[in-house]
Amino acid sequence: MLGYIVRRVLWLIPVLFVVSVITFAMMHAAPGGPWARDKKLPANVVAALNHKYGLDDPIPVQYLTWAGNLLRGDLGPSYQYIDRSVNDIVAQGIGVTAQLGIMAFLLSIAVGIPLGVIAALRHNGLPDYSATFVSMLGIATPSFILAELLILVFSVQLHWFPTGGWRTPANWVLPTIALSGFEIAQIARYTRASMLEVTRRDYVRTAQSKGLRERTIVVVHMIRNALIPVVTVLGPLLAFLVTGSFIIETIFNLPGIGRFYVLGIAQRDYGLIMAMTVLYAAAVAVLNLVVDVLYAYIDPRIRYS
Amino acid sequence: MATRTATIDAAPLRTRPTSLWRDAFSRLIRNRLAIVGGIIVLTLLVLAVFGPYLAPYPYDQQNIDQLARHGNLPLGPGVEGHLLGTDALGRDLLSRLFDGARISMTVAFVVQAVVLLIGVPVGALAAWFGGRIDQYLMRITDVVYAFPDLLFIILLSVAFRETFFGQALDGLLLIFVAIGIVGWVGMARLVRGQLLSLKEQEFVEAARAIGVSDFKIVTRHLLPNAIGPMIVAVTLGIPGAILAEATLGFLGIGVQRPRASWGVLINDGSLWMRVSPHMVIFPAIAIALALLSFTFLGDGLRDALDPKLKGKQ
Repeated sequence: MLGYIVRRVLWLIPVLFVVSVITFAMMHAAPGGPWARDKKLPANVVAALNHKYGLDDPIPVQYLTWAGNLLRGDLGPSYQYIDRSVNDIVAQGIGVTAQLGIMAFLLSIAVGIPLGVIAALRHNGLPDYSATFVSMLGIATPSFILAELLILVFSVQLHWFPTGGWRTPANWVLPTIALSGFEIAQIARYTRASMLEVTRRDYVRTAQSKGLRERTIVVVHMIRNALIPVVTVLGPLLAFLVTGSFIIETIFNLPGIGRFYVLGIAQRDYGLIMAMTVLYAAAVAVLNLVVDVLYAYIDPRIRYS
Repeated sequence: MATRTATIDAAPLRTRPTSLWRDAFSRLIRNRLAIVGGIIVLTLLVLAVFGPYLAPYPYDQQNIDQLARHGNLPLGPGVEGHLLGTDALGRDLLSRLFDGARISMTVAFVVQAVVLLIGVPVGALAAWFGGRIDQYLMRITDVVYAFPDLLFIILLSVAFRETFFGQALDGLLLIFVAIGIVGWVGMARLVRGQLLSLKEQEFVEAARAIGVSDFKIVTRHLLPNAIGPMIVAVTLGIPGAILAEATLGFLGIGVQRPRASWGVLINDGSLWMRVSPHMVIFPAIAIALALLSFTFLGDGLRDALDPKLKGKQ
């Protein structure tokens, strides 16, 4: 097991290397530069700025400089927010982004799993159809649409929650729901299918014929086993949450790091884009690893070698 | 064998041998959700092809004079003969939704073509040659897989938006490439997995024994046998492509205006949400219908083509 984890962690290095090289190459292949403003800067100013930030070096040299700085924990300067380093920007926003992601993840599990369990226990009954309906809605409304509709109903019409910002817990409600809608639907779908699968298993029939209480059968014998396959989809779903967060952050104007992404690319803010891409890729890879290890931990039949 | 002959004798007309496809088709048409999905998909395709002839107005025609009669606000549904209302420039929303259907369906199918074009050869090469080629190709797919999809799509779209390539076909060419280039990995893995098990079977041995070339074995014998799962994967991949395109449009980095992708329409509408919620609601319904119908059709195809999987994910 330890060997497996070590190998997976080591595999992260080439992955992040390739991701960063591709991003770097693409950013520099794209026309324009960080100094292209509405008001055109004089050529000598651009040259001086390029020289100051080392943008007149050959691209491979620039990459090595960036990678070397990264290994020392320095993400470099931002070209748009002149007085701030990328480290500052990330440090300021990562808390909000992480909080949003964690809350959305917990909400997805807290709603999705019970929804799936209830749907399976009342198979083909009203709860089943309601749960199926909810998960269909989740699939049919992507996060940005859900966000717009939530704002429309709960901010514009009912005035229950603010349309944006992050200061009070009331600000947290709509972004969290918008981000977790799709995951709730997916988790409910998988849980339902998995529960229906275990219902037919021998050990459930044995438990029933022993005369165990319904509750004991459901909680001890069914849910525990049904959740094992659900854990496998948590990895991809987490990745979806992480990358989905910057759309939500843009819509609700949250002070996280996500809203800088699209803006940063458009402004050719190289350092910021590189930092964000590598950060997101690393987050997705690490979360996937955690889920895989968790999977082996809760299912003793799985052994990685 | 004996019983089978007897049955045929007894009812020579009723027991025609059913082919795999006919069998699958009969299972498919018994699945109500899949049929509903299929009908909506067909409708969307008809709209995509004939939309400009069916639409009451050109999608980019501004009816400023009509807006002026109504306080210069977007017209609500039914006002001045606009069934679904207009946007803030007086452009008919129904006509714009039709153009959005054209964009969405084009993206849906072209992206899947890109996915097949890259994914199938990579998967087939990896499975057929195995060994080192397999290892290298699979490492490449691992890395592409590790790249967060949406980040990559957005990166490509924003970075190359101003170039000639980015402007081609109202920006659609860039969208095809950006979405297709991250989507092929799943297809490559699927084809590889299918071919790995197929290539051990006896008909492949037989083909090889009579001297059929490697290329022909893969294209004539292996791939046609894997076509079922590939069709399912393509159908279920379409909602992802539609969603990615809508997201790009919503972020303002997709198709170029005045083209009216559904995502662009929602983005436009979000500014007018307080006074004209119809500008968000109708495009949202269009996207929801498209996503659901392809998902239902794909689920139905999977159950029909592989009954063993029924009910599983």
